[in-house]
Amino acid sequence: MRKYLLKRVFYMILTLFLVATITFFLMKLMPGTPYSNQQKMTAQQIQIMNEQYGLNKPMWMQYLIYLGGMLHGDLGVSFQFSNQPVSYLIASRIGASAQLGIQAMIFGVVLGIVIGSIAAVNKNTWIDTLCTILSIIGKSVPNFVLAVLLQFYIALKLGWFPIADWGGFSYTVLPTIALGVGPLAETARFIRTGMVDVLNSDYIELAKAKGMSRYGIVWHHALRNSLIPLVTLIGPYTVALMTGSMVIENIFSIPGIGEQFVKSILTNDYPTIMGVTMLFSAGLVAVILLTDIIYGIIDPRIRLSGSGD
Amino acid sequence: MAERILDVKNLKIDFHTYAGDVKAIRDVSFHLDKGETLAIVGESGSGKSVTTKSLMGLLANNAEVTGGSIMFHDQDILKKSEKEMQNIRGKDIAMIFQDPMTSLDPTMRIGQQIAEPLIKHKHVDKKKAWSQALDLLKLVGITDAEERIKNYPHQFSGGQRQRIVIAIALVCYPEILIADEPTTALDVTIQAQILELMKELQEKIETSIIFITHDLGVVAGMADRVAVMYAGQIVEYGTVDEIFFNPQHPYTWGLLNSMPTLSSTKLEAIPGTPPDLLDPPKGDPFVARNPYAMKIDAEQRPPFFKVSETHYAATWLLHPNAPKVTPPDEIIRRRQTFKDIMAHKAI
Repeated sequence: MRKYLLKRVFYMILTLFLVATITFFLMKLMPGTPYSNQQKMTAQQIQIMNEQYGLNKPMWMQYLIYLGGMLHGDLGVSFQFSNQPVSYLIASRIGASAQLGIQAMIFGVVLGIVIGSIAAVNKNTWIDTLCTILSIIGKSVPNFVLAVLLQFYIALKLGWFPIADWGGFSYTVLPTIALGVGPLAETARFIRTGMVDVLNSDYIELAKAKGMSRYGIVWHHALRNSLIPLVTLIGPYTVALMTGSMVIENIFSIPGIGEQFVKSILTNDYPTIMGVTMLFSAGLVAVILLTDIIYGIIDPRIRLSGSGD
Repeated sequence: MAERILDVKNLKIDFHTYAGDVKAIRDVSFHLDKGETLAIVGESGSGKSVTTKSLMGLLANNAEVTGGSIMFHDQDILKKSEKEMQNIRGKDIAMIFQDPMTSLDPTMRIGQQIAEPLIKHKHVDKKKAWSQALDLLKLVGITDAEERIKNYPHQFSGGQRQRIVIAIALVCYPEILIADEPTTALDVTIQAQILELMKELQEKIETSIIFITHDLGVVAGMADRVAVMYAGQIVEYGTVDEIFFNPQHPYTWGLLNSMPTLSSTKLEAIPGTPPDLLDPPKGDPFVARNPYAMKIDAEQRPPFFKVSETHYAATWLLHPNAPKVTPPDEIIRRRQTFKDIMAHKAI
């Protein structure tokens, strides 16, 4: 197991290195410069700015300098956000995004599992059809439309929750719902499909022959066996949500990272682009490793030799 | 006379399909006494499995019982609610399935799978249930049971898994054990071990067994009585000796004749296929494949004719007015053996 983990960690680092390299050079291929009013600047001014930010050096040298900095935990300084260090910029903003992402995933996945299970147990009845229709709506309505509707009806008309801004837990409820409906719908569909298969299997028949109740069977036997495809889905999904959703963060004025990422791309803020990309990639490779470990916990057949108990 | 624990009378089951109603079980009656083994024999689609599923109340959603009764002691199983059936399943009537490779939950420790019925029916706590599960695991012959009880199904071989399935079925000491082709998916040497184990446990636990199979070779060593099913009906039933050595129904002849023997040079088969149960024939369902068929077979369903106290067959050949026919050589040979057996018993 330890050997396996070491090997995996090595591959993770390799992956991150490749991501850093590819992103770095692709980013440099983007048209434009970080300066917003370049037309008004003299050649000399540009020269000075380039020197200041190290943009006058050859590309390979910039790359090596960046990599070197990253190895020391230095992600550089943002070009546009008052020259803040990127690491500080991310650290101060990731909290809100991560909290929202995790809340949305918990909300979506838990409810999705319940709805999907109910649909599977009542396969081909009106309950199943209702769940299917709700899932399709949940998946196809863009979350910003839902967000605005929630703001209007729940916040403005009913006044149950704040319309926007970032304060206590009550501020997170509406954005969590808006963000969580997508994973909810997808989870419900995955669980429904998986569980219909599982419910047709012989060991479910045996569980019935043991005298177990319908929901006892779902809880003790069917659920765990239907989870594998879902785990594959929710790992990357969680990372995507945690690293921020630009639209939702904008609508609810949440000081998250999603908005900054988009701005940094629009303004060629190279260090911020790199920083957020690396954060996202690191999250993703970590989650992929975690997913593989969770597979083993859910299904003993996937467990690695030597890590059985 | 032995205590009668199960009495199935005139059972009729239809399956509603888009093509129409499939009359899968058409007037089936049989009984089961305490401690005995009844084998139900027939080819695929003859209704063996449907019959046993109805005993468990586990029929598919599109199945409908259109008549008859299943008396378990003095209660009609067909009149029980799902909730009441949950209390009978696994406790009074348990079942072993055909394929041990797929009938265990792959993500649950086998100890828990064996303990589950105990926790559900006997309301014992988990620890006690596991200790009883361990006893049973030893009883079904899993070596190193203390360690293996914590294992998952994929860590066992097919034969071992079927032993575990048997352990699950027997953990509440059921009165009736339904074994639906329990050895079909196993190779022959393992088959023999599992059959031996079932016989051994039947004595220890004093359970009655309904043994579903299409393999007559398996029946000979297992059963006390045999019922032969064809096209949703029982066509002949009797003690194992009577069915094997003094069969009366041409279908039973066909089945026995298609068993390979050491002297057979060619594998016999029953020509044709079973009738379509969407529109079952009016008379004897075997008429189209029966070389001995008479005109009346196509017109009227034969009643059961009594051969002995325990032996009945539904064929017009037993009618007093029927012509004498000569059964296949193999059957004549068997009847000779039957005479010897009878003579031996008389002594």
